[in-house]
Amino acid sequence: MKNDNNKNPDSKKYACHVSHSEPGPGDGGRTGSWRVLRPVIDLDKCIPAKRNKPACFSCWLYCPDGVITKTVPPTIDYEYCKGCEICAEECPADAITMVEETLMIMEEK
Amino acid sequence: MHIIESGNVAAASGVQLSGAQVIAAYPITPQTPLTEKLSELVDAGELNAQYIPVESEHSAMSVCIAASSAGTRAFTATSANGLLYMNEQLHWAAGARLPIVMCVVNRGIGAPWTVWNDHQDAISQRDTGWIQLFCCDHQQIIDTVIQAFRLAETVRIPVMVCYDGYILSHTYMPFDIPEPAAVSRFLPEFAPDWALDPACPANLNTVTLPDIRPDVRGETAPGYMEIRQNLHGDMRRAIDVVADTDAAFAQTFGRGGNPFIEPYRCEDAEYVAVAMGSLSYQLRDVIDVLRQEGLAIGVAGLRLYRPFPNRAVAEALSAKKGVIVFEKAVSYGYEGPLYADIKAALYDCAHRPAVHNYILGLGGREIKTDDLFDSLRTCCGADAPEAREPAFVGLKI
Repeated sequence: MKNDNNKNPDSKKYACHVSHSEPGPGDGGRTGSWRVLRPVIDLDKCIPAKRNKPACFSCWLYCPDGVITKTVPPTIDYEYCKGCEICAEECPADAITMVEETLMIMEEK
Repeated sequence: MHIIESGNVAAASGVQLSGAQVIAAYPITPQTPLTEKLSELVDAGELNAQYIPVESEHSAMSVCIAASSAGTRAFTATSANGLLYMNEQLHWAAGARLPIVMCVVNRGIGAPWTVWNDHQDAISQRDTGWIQLFCCDHQQIIDTVIQAFRLAETVRIPVMVCYDGYILSHTYMPFDIPEPAAVSRFLPEFAPDWALDPACPANLNTVTLPDIRPDVRGETAPGYMEIRQNLHGDMRRAIDVVADTDAAFAQTFGRGGNPFIEPYRCEDAEYVAVAMGSLSYQLRDVIDVLRQEGLAIGVAGLRLYRPFPNRAVAEALSAKKGVIVFEKAVSYGYEGPLYADIKAALYDCAHRPAVHNYILGLGGREIKTDDLFDSLRTCCGADAPEAREPAFVGLKI
C-alpha cells in the first residue's frame, strides 16, 4: 500500500531499499541457475502427450515451484525450475529423466 | 509540567506522549517498572495502544516488527540478556527498515548473573544497524524517547534509547513533561510510505539472491548487498538527521543543542574526559574540583554512539593534549570499544592527543569519585604515561 500522506518532509530524502516481492513469476530471482539436474519429459511416455488429452498431470500437481504447466503436453519453465527431481519421482509413466545440466549446456552449445 | 519521578516513568511518559500504537514487552530488571507503567496507562485508557504481553524478548521484537510493517508506531523496552535474546530480530528490524523505538535500560550481562548497571548490553548490539542514543538524566530520557520516534520515522531506521539501570531507571529526579499539543506538532502521526495491506499481498524480506533481479513489474530490484549498503549509507546520513531533530526539538521545547557531544568546561580545556550516560554527569563534579586545583580539564558526554559522530568527535578532541575515555564495556581481547572508536576518529587529525582508557563500573561496581580523581590526575600533566592498555578502575582484588 503506497501512502502519499506522509507529513514528514525529510522522509523523501530516504528512499530506503528493502526486499519486498509481490506474487508473480520470477520475483524470487532466477532460481533456474541453482539447477544441477534438469528434468526432461519424454513425450512418447508422458500420459497426456501420448493420449493427446488432459490427464494425469502429477508433475504439475507435485511441482513445489509451480513451473510445470497443466497443458498437453506439459512444459517446464527452466528459468525457475530448481531441479528438485520431485516431478521425476512422482511421474507414474517414468516419462521424466534427470539429465546432468552440464551435459545439456554442452549440447546446446 | 514538572514532576518528580523515576527514569523509567520518564521513559513511559515519553512513549505515552509519542502516541505509540503497539507495545510488546517482556519484563526484565531494571526495565520492569517502565513496562508496568505502560501497561497501567493502556489499562486506564490513558494511552490508546495495543499492549501485547509476550513470552520472551525475541517475541517482543517480532511483534514490533509485525506491527511496524503494518504501519503502526511500535515500542518495546528491555535490558541485558533480554536484549541479547532479541539479537536476531534486531538485525531483522534494521534490515527491514522499520522505525521501531526501544528503551534499553543498561545492565551488565551474565555470566556471572548480574542485575546491576554497565553498558555491555547495548554496546554488544552495536553492529545490528540500530541508531543508539545515550541519556544522562531523566529529562534527557523523556526528551530522547520523543525525538527517537521522529528520528526513526524520518530515516526509517530503528532507534535504541539507552539509559543506566538503577542509576537513572530507579532514582527520582524532577523533569518537565512537554505539552501534548506541542509534542503532536513536533512528531506528526506515523504515515509510512509503505505498509502491509491485505489488498496488495507481498512477501517481505524473503530469500534475497546475491544478484539484482527484475521484479514482477520488470523494474530492477536490489540484491542483498545493495540493501545492506543502503542501510549503511542512510545510517551515515542519519548523523545529520540527529542534529536536525535536536534543533527542531530545541526550537519547540527549548532544550537540547548538543546532539552528539555534551561538553562541560571543554572550551579552554587541555584535557577532556569522555563518557556515555550518567557517568558523564558524575564526572562534572570531579572536573569542578580539578579545575579549582588549576587543571584545565573538561568532560564530553557522548550522546550518539551509532552512527558514530566521528567528525564531531575529531572537532571536539583533536586540539586537546589528552583524552581520557571512561567506559562501562569491554571488547574482550582488545580494549574499550568507545576508546577504539575515538582513537580511530582522531587518526586523520593533524594533531593527535594522547588517548587513555579506563574500564569501570562493570556489573554495578561502584564508581568512586576518588577513583575518577586518581585516574584523571594520572593522565594529565607533564609526567602522564603514554597511552597504553586499558586499565580497570575500582578492582579490589
